[in-house]
Amino acid sequence: MAIITFREALRQALDEEMARETGVVVMGEEVAQYDGAYKVTKGLLDKYGPDRVLDTPITELGFTGLAVGAAFAGMRPVVEWMTFQFGLLAIDQLIHNAVKYRSMSGGQFKCPMVVRGPNGPAEYLGGQHSQSFASYFVHVPGFKVVAPSTPYDAKGLLKAAIRDDNPVIFLESEMSYGHKGEVPEEEYLIEIGKADVKREGTDVTLISFSKPVLMCLHAAEELAKEGINAEVVDLRSLVPLDKETVYASVRKTNRAVVVDEAWPKASVGSWIQAEVMKDCFDDLDAAVELVASEDVPMIYNHTVELEIQPTVAKIVAAAKRVLYRA
Amino acid sequence: MAEKVFMIALSPTMEEGAILQWKKKVGDIVKMEDPLCEVETDKASMDYLSSQEGTLLAIVKEVGTSARVAEMIAVIGEPGEDISGLLTAAPPPAKAAPAKQAPAAAVPVASAAVSGGRVKSSPLARKLAADKGIDLAAIPGSGPGGRVIKTDVENFTPAAAAAVAPAGSFAPSSLGSSALNDDQVPVSRKRQIIAKRLGESLFSAPHFFLTLGIEMDSLLEARDRINAKRKEKVGLNPFILKFLAEALKRHQALNSSWEGEFIQNHSRVDLGIAVAQPDGLITPIVKDAGSKGILQIEAELKDLIDRARGNALKPEEYTGATFTISNLGSFGIEEFTAIINPPGVAILALGATIKTPVVAEDDSIVVKRIMKVTLSCDHRVVDGVVGAAFLTEFKRMVEDPYQVLL
Repeated sequence: MAIITFREALRQALDEEMARETGVVVMGEEVAQYDGAYKVTKGLLDKYGPDRVLDTPITELGFTGLAVGAAFAGMRPVVEWMTFQFGLLAIDQLIHNAVKYRSMSGGQFKCPMVVRGPNGPAEYLGGQHSQSFASYFVHVPGFKVVAPSTPYDAKGLLKAAIRDDNPVIFLESEMSYGHKGEVPEEEYLIEIGKADVKREGTDVTLISFSKPVLMCLHAAEELAKEGINAEVVDLRSLVPLDKETVYASVRKTNRAVVVDEAWPKASVGSWIQAEVMKDCFDDLDAAVELVASEDVPMIYNHTVELEIQPTVAKIVAAAKRVLYRA
Repeated sequence: MAEKVFMIALSPTMEEGAILQWKKKVGDIVKMEDPLCEVETDKASMDYLSSQEGTLLAIVKEVGTSARVAEMIAVIGEPGEDISGLLTAAPPPAKAAPAKQAPAAAVPVASAAVSGGRVKSSPLARKLAADKGIDLAAIPGSGPGGRVIKTDVENFTPAAAAAVAPAGSFAPSSLGSSALNDDQVPVSRKRQIIAKRLGESLFSAPHFFLTLGIEMDSLLEARDRINAKRKEKVGLNPFILKFLAEALKRHQALNSSWEGEFIQNHSRVDLGIAVAQPDGLITPIVKDAGSKGILQIEAELKDLIDRARGNALKPEEYTGATFTISNLGSFGIEEFTAIINPPGVAILALGATIKTPVVAEDDSIVVKRIMKVTLSCDHRVVDGVVGAAFLTEFKRMVEDPYQVLL
């Protein structure tokens, strides 16, 4: 299997789906001539031309609305938000149009579109560019929300997202684009709504999605040094949520730590924490812990910036707390 | 910012206090540790030392009125602040403020996991215990606040609990099979508290011990006569408690507490009695034993001991004994020394009543039923002669019950 980067895996997915169906178009700020701010759309303009790879003005609400209309009209647009921070300007189009018309029209319209781009804190990006908005979309009925952590998952899920007839929010991370991993040469899809056990263990379940999954794997190695065998469940999809896989793991280990790089209040992490506590109540030996970013706007100072986010040390400490080994 | 001043528990058992005198007027500056008012508690009157600073803006509880613990008695803040919101706000939380004057008694001996009959446990531990048919209350919890967790249930063996069964019952011998193991047993919250409190007591209170033998014949005969006419038989303990209460009434020093700066006398005799539990011990208290009759003490004792073994005592039912007894007589222990149970300054250890040859006045040898008792005293408060006077008075009462009438 080839070892490729996360950004290359996404590019391959776009390329393959564009080759497969002419209705797949890519639009966003600098996605064409500049190959995308994070080079995910590299070479697509040359291959598919300006009718299918569109540089848009800096008007998130406008071009996202354009994509919603195109989707209603039968195309399969893939919108790149340079970051989900800018996407806040456009969520009106998604919440009031993209996810509503399928049900409000009695199924006459469907909205097969993907909105993708980096979400969540990275490094040196300050208060306005370091936020995770996963919960904004998870909260609203009608979206599918996907957040892969590896190149393999990214490619398989993006292809599945493009073929899905619902609006799919596809959450990436600035820090992940350079990560490498094995991706097979032959075509594959990953079903949206299936979590993946990234590491098997017996003592505690670490539940996460997107970039922090790698932190959980690192934490699991640290815990192993102390004789604690952690299982890491990568949700991959937030909506639909693969409760079956999560609960099977928790029922095995009896302890869980949820890791989410968003703020802790009313977040995806706190929602999953509540679901596990409700549905696995009799299987839990300790209250489920949540490791989230601190409940503050991001501070630019790099040391503080990293400390505000989940860290391996915080995950290790939380795992020990639920094991009563703190 | 103006703050409410709440009544705090100034004695281990205080539930409410009456304001005898305000030592500050509205408008006065209040500094940390300043006497704010004089409060009459259930035991004594004492100064309320402020733990807040500022200007006394309002007195809510006037002289002569009572305030329950955690009830607002005054407001402290900056001069001129609008405090109308504080004065009309919702009633304060029912939870008692920490008792500044009662450091020892603030730590209950009982398992923190058990309050009002509820055992803190993880859901998984509950399910496992139910599957195994084990009573959760019998399992020492090693989690936060004494929570019973999975490993506690898994490592719990009812046989281990039986080894420390309550007085009067013995674990069946396990001939042929060794019950020994090399396990590391988690230290339960209750055991931590026992370790801490008894360690503090033995290492900070200089103990000395006085032992004497008491002839039990006349008391046992008296009890037999009483019981002959009763359906419900009266045990020996209520008699012992009654005589102790009477003896304590005559020896204030033994019914007091060492508070460092002063010795706190107690006008009421609250007698604790050590009761074994599967995972430790607890000292339920017969409150105001001096004013109760033997039958009432008997009834209260029975209820308290039942609930102590079921881990169902409320904190106020086992904290703040002014004097404690420990009885290992039913195990055949002839005599032993006990560690003082703070805030008390003495504890009486009762041995078994044993038929013993005694040299009588006329040098003849007679058989008497003798109970050896050992009084442990805190020498900071009780000197040898004081302890001896109390113990001999108790002996006289037991040997000649009419003494109590004198």
